[in-house]
Amino acid sequence: MSAPASNAGYDEWLDALAAGEGFALACPDGHGSLPPRRVCPECGSTALSEEPLAETGTVETYSVVHVAGPRFADDTPYVNAVADFGPVRLTGVLRGAEPDVDAVAVGDRVAVGVEERATDGEPLVVFRPADGEQAVSRPADGE
Amino acid sequence: MTDVRVAGVGLTHFGSHPERTGRDLFATAALRAFDDAGVPREDVEELNYGNFMGALAEHQGHQAPLMAEAAGVDCPSTRYEEACASAGVAVREAVRTVRSGEADVVVAGGMERMTNLPTDEVTEGLAIAADDLFEVRAGVTFPGAYALMANAYFDAYGGERRDLAHIAAKNHANAVPNEYAQYRREVSVEEALDAPPVAEPLHLYDACPITDGASALVIVSEEYATEHDVDAPVAVTGTGQGTDRMALGDREHLARTPAADDAADAAYADAGVGPDDVDVAEVHDCFTIAEVLALESLDLFEPGEGIGAARNGVTTADGALPVNLSGGLKAKGHPVGATGGSQIAELTRLLRGDHPNSDRVPDAEVGVAHNAGGTVASAVVHVLEVAQ
Repeated sequence: MSAPASNAGYDEWLDALAAGEGFALACPDGHGSLPPRRVCPECGSTALSEEPLAETGTVETYSVVHVAGPRFADDTPYVNAVADFGPVRLTGVLRGAEPDVDAVAVGDRVAVGVEERATDGEPLVVFRPADGEQAVSRPADGE
Repeated sequence: MTDVRVAGVGLTHFGSHPERTGRDLFATAALRAFDDAGVPREDVEELNYGNFMGALAEHQGHQAPLMAEAAGVDCPSTRYEEACASAGVAVREAVRTVRSGEADVVVAGGMERMTNLPTDEVTEGLAIAADDLFEVRAGVTFPGAYALMANAYFDAYGGERRDLAHIAAKNHANAVPNEYAQYRREVSVEEALDAPPVAEPLHLYDACPITDGASALVIVSEEYATEHDVDAPVAVTGTGQGTDRMALGDREHLARTPAADDAADAAYADAGVGPDDVDVAEVHDCFTIAEVLALESLDLFEPGEGIGAARNGVTTADGALPVNLSGGLKAKGHPVGATGGSQIAELTRLLRGDHPNSDRVPDAEVGVAHNAGGTVASAVVHVLEVAQ
């Protein structure tokens, strides 16, 4: 995949996410952040390491976007969501569910990857509903 | 520390003026402010000018000297950019400059030209107030970001679209007598509920319009007002600013605005007043949910209580605490870089008694203005008081 402009740190992060090797940066105190980053924005630590993202995240909020800018003109309507993946939240487009406020709920489990924007084929962070097994098994994992 | 007074205010009509240049809009607001103040232009020592997207809308960077020229002032000029809080920051710096004794007369305000662009380009332009890498590329629009906050609020505290529709109806009703307002017509709760969706749960009447306009204030020291016999009955007694993480997803809470909490705390402490003293407020309702978040950050309502304030009649024009008697960004309009200055202008008029809605708050002595940038990664709060 190629981005229209090069953004070192971010581009590599997106490539890793596309390869199923998504990560967040974490400081020794466990504060998460996203690259490029030299300093933990919470505590100022410069000892940042790459930690794998959780396999599934939890939708914390979402909206159904009907009016968008030119880069998303052919993607509408789409579901935009913020999902919690442990040390960080990610923002992306939720596919695999109807773009309807009642088809999605806060608390839904999702997987994350990289797909193409419908409008121009540029890379896009995409959530998809995690399959039933994961949705059931994840809470048990946490206990 | 020198006390700060608002000597004069000037606004253009807020609305669709696609043919008018930014320089013409700001000159109009500035000349009206000088007329209102009775202060000669040659006394101005600094110009603080707010603008957000002039580089996109007019291919014009470096706007401050251009606006000094347009306003007919010959003094140092600086552009402030903090997205939708640009003019709020410009006013705050004027207050700090006058307090410090560096200057006795500062003009502060801002301008935004927007309707000359097609709607999709404005949508794209406004989105640059969000994190480009992790939000805009991930599908976040300006209405979409506030929709994410609205849904997070509903999930945390409850509330529904009908509560938001009451805010839209309230602010549209307030704009009817305001000669500067973009939409001087009432909108019913049912009309708001039936409007097409923009970014659900927000629909058309939850969103502010796209607006051209400018604002200007003549800010002076109390000493200058006394020496030059300038009638300036409203004082800026408190100023505060807050900053938060840029991306909504990085915030501590998706349904609160800590930057505005910080700005409000600082402004109240600065003025020596508390939320119970506030008689009238102008808050940054770029979307109906934003008014709710603002009221809670200003400590005028507890978290979870702001959502019902309009529906319960507390913040309506005849309520105990009228909010956005100007019509707010919602109905008065939101020329992004001018808004923070226009809020202070409207609040000044309300407190002086020469606003068409002043009769709704005849005894008001303390007003508060809340101006936010982006999804409130930036916030500025000012306290205005009738000078004793």
